[in-house]
Amino acid sequence: MTLPPPPACNVELATSALTAFLREETRKVGFQKAVLGLSGGIDSALVVELAARALGGENVLAVAMPYRTSNPISLELAQESAQHAAVQFEVVDISAMADAHIATSPGLAEDDSDAARLRKGNIMARCRMIVLYDRSARDHALVYGTSNKTELMLGYGTIFGDMASALNPIGDLYKSQIVALSKHLGVPKAIVDRPPSADLWQGQTDEEELGFSYDEVDAFLHHSIDRRYTREELLQLGFTETAVNSLSRRVQINQYKRRPPVIAKLANRTVNLDYRYARDWGS
Amino acid sequence: MDCLAALCQMRPVLGDADKNLAAHHQWLDRALEAGADLVIFPELSLHGYFLRDLTQEVALKIGDPIVQELVARSKDCSIVFGFAEESDDHCFFNSVVFAEDGKVLQVHRKVHLPDYGIFEEGRYFAAGREIETVHSKLGKFGLLICEDAWHLSGGWLHFLQGADAMILPSASPARGIDTDEPELTSQNAWRTLTAAHALFFQSWVLHCNRVGFEDGTMFWGGSCVHSPFGEMAALAHEQDEELLLFQLDSKRTRRARLMSPLRRDAQPDLIRLHLARLLQDPDALNN
Repeated sequence: MTLPPPPACNVELATSALTAFLREETRKVGFQKAVLGLSGGIDSALVVELAARALGGENVLAVAMPYRTSNPISLELAQESAQHAAVQFEVVDISAMADAHIATSPGLAEDDSDAARLRKGNIMARCRMIVLYDRSARDHALVYGTSNKTELMLGYGTIFGDMASALNPIGDLYKSQIVALSKHLGVPKAIVDRPPSADLWQGQTDEEELGFSYDEVDAFLHHSIDRRYTREELLQLGFTETAVNSLSRRVQINQYKRRPPVIAKLANRTVNLDYRYARDWGS
Repeated sequence: MDCLAALCQMRPVLGDADKNLAAHHQWLDRALEAGADLVIFPELSLHGYFLRDLTQEVALKIGDPIVQELVARSKDCSIVFGFAEESDDHCFFNSVVFAEDGKVLQVHRKVHLPDYGIFEEGRYFAAGREIETVHSKLGKFGLLICEDAWHLSGGWLHFLQGADAMILPSASPARGIDTDEPELTSQNAWRTLTAAHALFFQSWVLHCNRVGFEDGTMFWGGSCVHSPFGEMAALAHEQDEELLLFQLDSKRTRRARLMSPLRRDAQPDLIRLHLARLLQDPDALNN
């Protein structure tokens, strides 16, 4: 059975809405500038294009933050996308800070197990967050996030690492929509065509690690979350029982990453529970 | 119903009635300069939309100086504006004021409070109970606030009361970019809705939607006027602030109603009979 296609994307509307979103939500909280990490992948390449359109390239700082084992092509492509978007560009090698941190845990540096690789990947992601938030304070620039909806739903990101930001323009776009919009905005072809990867070790690709293609995951998430298909309806559409079970479980167990920390309720009004104000309060 | 209507597609500041009042004055100046007889603002134009807990802190009584300052400006033109209203018994309403000749002609309290998806109006507001057509010196107007218009019953009640025009202030959030259609899903639905109100109730429909963002949610604008034939007569841009001006013409209403006498044939007494029967039968409305 042929699976349904991944969600479409009205690229014209997405461009105007996201550009206006970044401009308005940045300026109304008193900022003129933005800072974001550029990985050499499609998500951050798209955000830098949107940011340049929203604020002007001179007001956007893109930071490439390679670790010593990162694929050198990633840095080249990061530079290429910064050039294409005509934004400010800075390279911060995080090897020293990440290694210093890794060294605090005896044996971790040499450990090549999956769990150790994941821990090291998380340390790198959090080092990058520290760099971005420091640049944010230095330049009075708001941190833009680059997590897409597929990653957010599957929990495929580091909490307080790459998931940390003030504004995220692409958090409601699935990966397949990211590709469509990136093509529309002229993101360099080498980046659009590159297999998505967290670049935590050599040869790693997202799709291999997830066990599904992005098209399949996106079609599943779009029908299950946005179109509210039931489990039975999803099976009828042609998704296998394995896919439905494992993806549903993954969405569920990663809910914690999508929420602020849980606060023990004691008082009459508790932050985010029954003390509820918009972030844009008065701005 | 021969008047120049001005729809103010504005961007209210969340929770700041002072700033929004100043903006209302500026929009009124512009509209009056253009010769407007009727100036319409979006839903909650004095307060912004996603107020949440702020609702109870910023809501105003009808006699509040901020509200009355705007009402006073209706000496020069009829004004429709929105605000979070606190009643004397401390209930809160999502209200729209119709002011004319320096006085409040009517307060419409939103009847249908959306409380699903991204909406939580039912948590903060009490529901209005009146659907009463405004008898203005310019004509008869039916006020419906945003979700009110998703229930055809409100427009129909105004139609029966002789409304010539429906005024629909809204704060409609943009949703649905996952199609190959040129418009948002929510926008498409609204176009159908406003055209249907105009067509079925043979009335001018003045839909004044807001623009701007609140916590990442975009209000899409695209305010419009439909003629009593259901056609789109005027359309504002999406996403940007704009003053949309349109001359309403009673001759078109007459022509539409001559072509198909829907008002004459409405048979409200028949509806009353059937509704009464349904309401008396507990099973009839629950299947």
